[in-house]
Amino acid sequence: MRMDLIQPFIGSLDAVLAEMMQAPATIADLAMEENGYRKKGLAAVVTFTGQIEGRIILDMEPQAALRVAQCLTGAEVDSAEPIVREAVCELANMVIGNAVTQLNDRGFEFKVDPPSLLSEEQCEKAGHDSEATILRFETLSGHVHLNISMHYHARRARERAGVPAI
Amino acid sequence: MKQFEALTRKDNQPVRYLIVDDSVFARKSLAKMIESFGGQLAGEAGDGRTAITEYARTRPDIVLMDITMPQMEGIEAVEHIVQQHPDARVVMVSSVGYQDNILAALQKGARHFVQKPVKPDALYEIVRYVLNEDGVTAPSIVVREERR
Repeated sequence: MRMDLIQPFIGSLDAVLAEMMQAPATIADLAMEENGYRKKGLAAVVTFTGQIEGRIILDMEPQAALRVAQCLTGAEVDSAEPIVREAVCELANMVIGNAVTQLNDRGFEFKVDPPSLLSEEQCEKAGHDSEATILRFETLSGHVHLNISMHYHARRARERAGVPAI
Repeated sequence: MKQFEALTRKDNQPVRYLIVDDSVFARKSLAKMIESFGGQLAGEAGDGRTAITEYARTRPDIVLMDITMPQMEGIEAVEHIVQQHPDARVVMVSSVGYQDNILAALQKGARHFVQKPVKPDALYEIVRYVLNEDGVTAPSIVVREERR
């Protein structure tokens, strides 16, 4: 997987988490995974199509998700409230949207679908589909995982640029 | 949340907002912000298609519109709303802020763009700018703006 495609997602997660949680987030681990993915907490997925195709799962440990929900609402929130799941989706939307913005401005063209929550089963199935890069971020309220699986379609980019394929 | 100097219309009524976003969470968050601006929630919609009918029903002073939504995306919704109501004021609020998207939204009639995560100060300034530009807000606010 091309690191230049992953880097904007790392920078974006770092910046959005710092903004939302009012505290820094640091990368604790980076791993490649081919066989299934077990979610650690509340997970949302965003898929995209175009010159870059794939999906990204944002997976937050319950305490981290709760902290984001509390920061975003400015109120005490119970971990069982639906607003916590909504917060994870919205955070995924912001992180991925900000990264996509950077990639688009660098010339990559693709379309992003709205985020949706992932169940345990869906998460494992998504992990089986392809090789993924998994980043683990450490925050004061727990871990946040970014599971990135995407491919760059050079042929589509050439077609768009009007360059004949060899 | 920080309280802002209330933005009011020339008739001293609160500015009325329509919030369009598929995320309930984002809608709640924006609703809190407009409350801190002294505004009033005229309506909400979770997709572009509902936004068009909600606009016609509520006739808000300003629309805060997401881009990536199910059913109908924000840019298409802006086009419909502005075609039907040329005086509509739509501010795009989205995490996806690349140039092509912004340009497309502006070409379809959106007035401004704010990238998520939304900073209340930034949104306040943009809303105030758009409303002042059309002479919607009370003159006192315009005078204060000029003094700064």
